[in-house]
Amino acid sequence: MATMNSIRDTFFEECEELLEALAEGLSLINEGLHDAETVNAVFRAVHSVKGGAGAFALDGLVAFAHRFETVLDGLRADRIELTAEVVHVLLRSADHLADQVEAARDGTEIAPDTTEGFIANLDAVLGGPPVTDPVADADPCFGFSAMPLDLGLDLPLPLPDGLTVPSEPKPDGPAQSAELLSPSNTASRGYRIHFRPYPTLYANGHDPALILSALSDLGQMEVALDLSALPDWTEFDPAASYLAWSVVLTSDEHETAVQEIFEFVDGFCDLEITPITEPEPMMQPSDLTTEVPHLSEKTTLLDATAAAITSALQDTINPPSATRAPAEAGLRKREAKLSEEETGDGRGPKPTLRVELERVDRLINAVGELIINQAMIEQSISILSLPADAEVITHVEDYRLLARDIQEAVMAIRAQPVKPLFQRMSRIVREAADATGKQARLISLGEATEVDKTVIERLADPLTHMIRNAVDHGLENVELRQSAGKDPEGTIRLQAAHRSGSVVITVRDDGAGLNRPKILEKAIARGLVSAEDELTDAEIDNLLFLPGFSTADRISNLSGRGVGLDVVRNAVTALGGRVSITSTPSEGTEFTITLPLTLAVMDGMVISVAGHTMVVPITSVIETIRPGPEDLHQLGTSESLLSMRGRFIPMIDVAASLGFPGRDPNQPPLLLLVETDSQTQCALVVDAVHDQRQVVIKGLESNYGTIPGVSAATVLGDGQIALILDADALTSNRAGAPVRATAA
Amino acid sequence: MHAQENRSATDVEFVTFQAGGQSFSLDITHVREIRRWTAVTPLPHAPREVLGVMNLRGSVIPIYDLSARFGLGNTEESPRNVVVVAMIDNQTVGLLVEAVSEILSVARDRIQDTPDIRSESTKQSITGVIPIDEGMTRVIDLAAVIQARSKAAA
Repeated sequence: MATMNSIRDTFFEECEELLEALAEGLSLINEGLHDAETVNAVFRAVHSVKGGAGAFALDGLVAFAHRFETVLDGLRADRIELTAEVVHVLLRSADHLADQVEAARDGTEIAPDTTEGFIANLDAVLGGPPVTDPVADADPCFGFSAMPLDLGLDLPLPLPDGLTVPSEPKPDGPAQSAELLSPSNTASRGYRIHFRPYPTLYANGHDPALILSALSDLGQMEVALDLSALPDWTEFDPAASYLAWSVVLTSDEHETAVQEIFEFVDGFCDLEITPITEPEPMMQPSDLTTEVPHLSEKTTLLDATAAAITSALQDTINPPSATRAPAEAGLRKREAKLSEEETGDGRGPKPTLRVELERVDRLINAVGELIINQAMIEQSISILSLPADAEVITHVEDYRLLARDIQEAVMAIRAQPVKPLFQRMSRIVREAADATGKQARLISLGEATEVDKTVIERLADPLTHMIRNAVDHGLENVELRQSAGKDPEGTIRLQAAHRSGSVVITVRDDGAGLNRPKILEKAIARGLVSAEDELTDAEIDNLLFLPGFSTADRISNLSGRGVGLDVVRNAVTALGGRVSITSTPSEGTEFTITLPLTLAVMDGMVISVAGHTMVVPITSVIETIRPGPEDLHQLGTSESLLSMRGRFIPMIDVAASLGFPGRDPNQPPLLLLVETDSQTQCALVVDAVHDQRQVVIKGLESNYGTIPGVSAATVLGDGQIALILDADALTSNRAGAPVRATAA
Repeated sequence: MHAQENRSATDVEFVTFQAGGQSFSLDITHVREIRRWTAVTPLPHAPREVLGVMNLRGSVIPIYDLSARFGLGNTEESPRNVVVVAMIDNQTVGLLVEAVSEILSVARDRIQDTPDIRSESTKQSITGVIPIDEGMTRVIDLAAVIQARSKAAA
């Protein structure tokens, strides 16, 4: 069953991509930036999910996807008008489809009521009596058969009462609905189809025999093989495509049903579909007419047999190609559109490769070792004290650059755009807005920004929380917004950008801003700060990050359940990032998450503290200072302050904070100026700064545990381990009054 | 208890070693390798028995002084000292011991339950004792030896 499982996995992987495409298309539609192709793409996405789900007998999913698809088909054919309500239903249906896919993947169940609610919404969009046909409603699979299909006939619609559901329900509506509809259809009608595959059709693994066979399901079919393009044996190119087929299909199906069959070979073939309005005799069978089953043996390869047929039949070939000539005038020139689609932006999506994550991680580990090894060699060479122009030094320098290149390239494999993550957030905004009765929309910027896969995964929860917070607590309700002269619809702006080796993600709402007096009041009530403490605005804002803090008066369904921004902060800190907050009354609040680009390597400053070699992330160091005695001031018994450019900055003795024997007070200290979460500055006291270099981050959690003030470890050039200091944690007990008050 | 399970026929293999002048043993399935002692990087806020972390082919593993862990004082530096690298639940750790003695293969029913002793922490970290020629060897519970630690660190 392993194979089946892996096919299943592939299906769900593809579903993710399809759902992404769906969300993307719908968001374009939502913004009114769509064209016909957007609707088609959305339709295709749902259709493909349905198709795949059918293969795995995921009936619930199929049924819902089918109804969804029906609505999209209506949109595509302009039968349904795209109003704001319809878009809303579509968006929520896409969310529900994603839920269903997830449930199917995890083997969980979604309450049928929920699905029915969504189906009812879709039905409401479809509107019209035929849809509310009780029989059709009893089995959502058959929503399609009850649809007011535009058959291009002068048939009275809605459909006749004789409509029944076949005894054996199967979610493949089209063929059956054809049978259902045919009794009322007196005139025999159909399509003339000319189909000429390009070599790319074969290259993409499609098989004309399968397509023709699918076509034959729609009705009675006559196929003529068109060998007119087949050259002489001497000029025969085995990789070229010479065959074409002319098909006369007698069917009551709507043209879209025919087009759907060719949907996956869009752009890989010349395709002409002409409706035949008058009943006409079947094409005369000739020597050239081949039965479909027989075709299947012939089409995949242009083998020697085909070539042999050619020379024998070449002269008699012209008639069938002539038969399609008269129809040419009335043709819907589908191919023009198709080729435009396909060649519009080069060759479509860039080729990609699916690789197991574990293989990539193995490579990353190996590259990590390579970098350590490089550092070791460099160190060994430096011990030799060779002249600066020694050849080996140049080589080692090249080695260093190469190792860094490889490392960057490997890291790029793990990097992924934040787009899928952001797309999920637009759903969160919708749900949060619905739940709170507010109006909100999400604007996401910088979706192409790439971040390490793990960072993206572990950012999902905190980001969800922040977005919910922004809607729930940040935005005002419609009345308040209106009375404040704002757009009743609130805006949440989600932005990602690269900034000097970090990824910065901001979540900004245009709400009322933080209510600082209320925050302070809460904090005092909860004993987080004492009433006497004088707090700056920034310090008050940062109270939000304290554990157990929640500003909501009422516990809403969304946020404010006691898990607060402290959870967000912990998650971000665990990723080696920082989160900060700024707020302007009546203009809104902005949260900024700063994250490292990768979790595996960082640029560090190698320092020594109390005889131990350690590393400080370069990103946290603003500058290094060698203070004179006049710059240092004693405060109380043990605290020291650094005066710098007219300000006093608290100093933190790293050795003492880590519980190592204190430093020699006679030695002049070296200070690293760092910025903490609350945007205040601190100076870390260290003994010396040795070097700046790239270090490979090695976690301590898996084999040991967490250590306050230490985020991870790294292996230095001499093979020794150095601890990587967490500047934020070291300074956190100085960040402001709050924590000190809690401790006291 | 072991007798009740009626599995006396099965032999269990232990690596026995000396720490703090006493003999300890560890189920061989936990032991990955035995390494020469190299300098470690001390960890802040670590309890006495955690000497620091060592680089094991790119992995950072904590080194526990087994003697100190059982309250027998820190192991004195000696060229004979070795590190027993052991693994449990994907956690790799090193145990500093004075010397590795032998690999002991004993029948399951020869392992006796730890007699009632007063020190709870010792009792929790020793799953049983095995009589040997030189007296007895104490079977350590690796999870207990390092777990008590991890909690303290967190």
